[in-house]
Amino acid sequence: MKSAVIVFPGSNCDRDMAVALEKITGTKPLMVWHQDYDFETVDFIALPGGFSYGDYLRCGAMSARSHVMKEVIKRANDGVPTLGICNGFQILTETGLLPGALMRNANLHFVCKDVAMTVENTDTLFTKDYAGGEEIIIPVAHHDGNYFADDDTLDRLEGEGQVAFKYTSDINGAQRQIAGITNARGNILGMMPHPERMIEPALGGSDGRKLFTSLMNTLN
Amino acid sequence: MNDIQITPELVAEHGLTSEEYERIVKAMGREPNYTELGIYSVMWSEHCSYKSSRFHLKKLPTEAPWVIQGPGENAGVIDIGDGQAAIFKMESHNHPSYIEPYQGAATGVGGILRDVFTMGARPVANMNALRFGEPDHPKTRHLLAGVVEGIGGYGNCVGVPTVGGETNFDPSYNGNILVNAMTVGLADTDKIFYCAAAGVGNPVVYVGSKTGRDGIHGATMASAEFTEDSEEKRPTVQVGDPFTEKLLIEACLELMATDAIIAIQDMGAAGLTSSSVEMASKGGVGFELDLDKVPQREENMLPYEMMLSESQERMLMVLKPGREEMAQKIFEKWELDFAVIGHITDTGNLTLKFGGEVVGDMPINSLVEDAPEYERPYVPTPKREAVDVAPVNDLNKAVLDLVGGPNLCSRRWIWEQYDHMVMGDTIQRPGGDAAVVRVHGTDKALAISTDVTPRYCYADPVEGGRQAVAETWRNITAVGGTPLAITNCLNFGNPERKDIMGQFVGCLEGMGEACRALDYPIVSGNVSLYNETNGSGILPTPAIGGVGVMKNSDRMATIAFKDEGEAIVLIGETKNELGASLYQREILGEDAGAPPHVDLALERRNGDFVRALIENGQVTTCHDLSDGGLIAALADMAIAGGIGVNVAVDGDLPLHAALFSETQARYLIAADTEVAETIRKEAKDAGIPVEIIGATGGDRLRVNNDAVDIPMSELAKAHTDWMPKFMAKEILTTG
Repeated sequence: MKSAVIVFPGSNCDRDMAVALEKITGTKPLMVWHQDYDFETVDFIALPGGFSYGDYLRCGAMSARSHVMKEVIKRANDGVPTLGICNGFQILTETGLLPGALMRNANLHFVCKDVAMTVENTDTLFTKDYAGGEEIIIPVAHHDGNYFADDDTLDRLEGEGQVAFKYTSDINGAQRQIAGITNARGNILGMMPHPERMIEPALGGSDGRKLFTSLMNTLN
Repeated sequence: MNDIQITPELVAEHGLTSEEYERIVKAMGREPNYTELGIYSVMWSEHCSYKSSRFHLKKLPTEAPWVIQGPGENAGVIDIGDGQAAIFKMESHNHPSYIEPYQGAATGVGGILRDVFTMGARPVANMNALRFGEPDHPKTRHLLAGVVEGIGGYGNCVGVPTVGGETNFDPSYNGNILVNAMTVGLADTDKIFYCAAAGVGNPVVYVGSKTGRDGIHGATMASAEFTEDSEEKRPTVQVGDPFTEKLLIEACLELMATDAIIAIQDMGAAGLTSSSVEMASKGGVGFELDLDKVPQREENMLPYEMMLSESQERMLMVLKPGREEMAQKIFEKWELDFAVIGHITDTGNLTLKFGGEVVGDMPINSLVEDAPEYERPYVPTPKREAVDVAPVNDLNKAVLDLVGGPNLCSRRWIWEQYDHMVMGDTIQRPGGDAAVVRVHGTDKALAISTDVTPRYCYADPVEGGRQAVAETWRNITAVGGTPLAITNCLNFGNPERKDIMGQFVGCLEGMGEACRALDYPIVSGNVSLYNETNGSGILPTPAIGGVGVMKNSDRMATIAFKDEGEAIVLIGETKNELGASLYQREILGEDAGAPPHVDLALERRNGDFVRALIENGQVTTCHDLSDGGLIAALADMAIAGGIGVNVAVDGDLPLHAALFSETQARYLIAADTEVAETIRKEAKDAGIPVEIIGATGGDRLRVNNDAVDIPMSELAKAHTDWMPKFMAKEILTTG
């Protein structure tokens, strides 16, 4: 499985993502600097966490309009599996690849902690290896993870199985405790929690691994 | 602007005494102009020149076979084996944080990060040591909220985990909070960068953010006492941009991977002035700077402003000739300013040009070496006698009040606002004895702890100085690390007062002794004096940041009980040492008597024994005993593990002393009963006091049947709830 990790000025979970991908898939990912938008064909694209462009304007807003994202949007629309974690999720909503928006946490504080969430749909590229309804522990680390969409959109997301993960308790004020969603086609996943931080017992657990093994098993 | 007449009033406004001004005139052989006066005033400020502390700092031990660089550079460097080095330093940002808590704390983090990556290290961990006034003081909540948000706002964005620290409250900090930030970085031992400039004609390069008018005279502000109108100094507080810092880290590390850099220095306090003077002075050369070339954020900036600005996220470098273009490309890639602003000369002077004219010309030597050094008079703090400290009737209430009070309650509300996991190597998160961060891609790890007990330092500075060093050593030991070296942040009141100077001298004496006895030298540090408001000083607070190494990060202990039915082993003898204890202060509302004595030989013997147990895999649950004594440590371990505990304490001590005494050099271990028995025998054979005092299990904290008997749920709730309730104004609502 050939992966690319897109690196923006201010990305800071790019190395963590690369380490996780290499550890789990056995292949070093291609690190794509945002100016090198003409990157080679890959099986999977990751948009890592961080503070791209310093979160100026709105989280993810500047990156969403960058040259490299035009390329990512094109490939994602062509069906290339694409994952956005944290700031990556914010970028995906800012591009419109995923519906809704991520607002400031309801309590206005940054939050970094392990959270419990349930796997709502195991019939996606990213969640196949999880059991239906499985409760997993994955850390969050964000200031703007409060997922918002209008009720019609939320109903549609839930009805179509596009809600991939839900928190088991209120973490940041997100509507319907949504932690991660996919697009209608199912090849794009955005989520606030960081599965790449939960890949070995020394880090507190391994619940994030199955996300990467699901992908790998589908793509290989 | 250089036409401005230098008057005695202007000299005083610059924080210089008339004697110091005469010294400048003598050094220059003429009267300084306005720009030059500004430059001398910051270079000779307490903050930059250490004029009151240098004499005593020289007495501290700074050497060990593993020390690569001791004090005097941007940060200390120690060898951690396998061709790798840990680079670290702690620094204060007290005065600005009181005036503007968010930016003060944020730029404190930014500044210490730069000190570390300037030397070629990738920062891997941030720590901090915070002191606030009493919880019901009207400003405490606002300051705490702002400081925490500032530390998080900067560190989270830069992507360096904030892995731990300490936070305490005391009325003496009501008007002077302390914000001490520490950064630890990793580098290869053959890729360490220093600040000594060399090579006449070589280009002097400015990179990073543009220069604005912010922070002018920050260093001078940090060298004076506060008065009621100090808030008017808000404009002297700098504004940070962590996004630029992140780009600067990456750009500098990318350039450092080439061989283009001869010397590099961050622009911290006193900005362009101190960075250029430091680099030239260390290299024994002169600098000529063309100020028209300095990237400027505001229009019509004057030389005085450019030289004194403390705008953040800027660095100064000397490059090898011909490497400018390659270096510029790297900085352009990261969208940062890059400008050749001058060159090295052989004049030994700092020469400033602006608009084609020379606007300043000062001998570098005089800026550094002629700075005054004061051997300020002092009186040693009178020794306190040991005192009897009274028992209380309701032990349960005392335990709940301590564990669920401001000084021992959970700091989760704070550290959950810090990204403590980014970089994927945090293997011991905040809340334990020391933070543990893996050395990326290896089996090794660094253990880091910040500590000081200001109560002890106030009661007996020598003992308090010893204890601060010993406690970081013990905390690193308790997770299984081998302590290697420390950095410090010496926060004191006005050194012109004899009693304050006595505290300073006493604390340094104790620290030096402990460092020598524990083979634990000081490799970097910072002094923050004049922490006073209207003549009222803070408790002496020499914060220590210790760094240790673990060869095998799989062999690590944490404080949480792991299982029911494990035996609890107490290592070390408990004496009746309740003087200056937390129990005495918080429960009885008194502060009297001698603090606990630190026996450094015992400290070393007991610690080495405990560390070996962790290293050889016998023990994974360990906690050192400190504030609040045995009962506080038991409560921590039980709460962290979610498992109750039942112990029996006998012996000659009154029960309240056995539970709350803060005797040093003690540890609690929990282990399988057979392992515990082996440990007991081994300790006995080694002559180490040891006792199996009980076992884990159940859902209550119990001592001597029902002498203490508290449901775990109640204890955990008290521990968890205090800080969120306090911050939400649900308690102490007067504040």
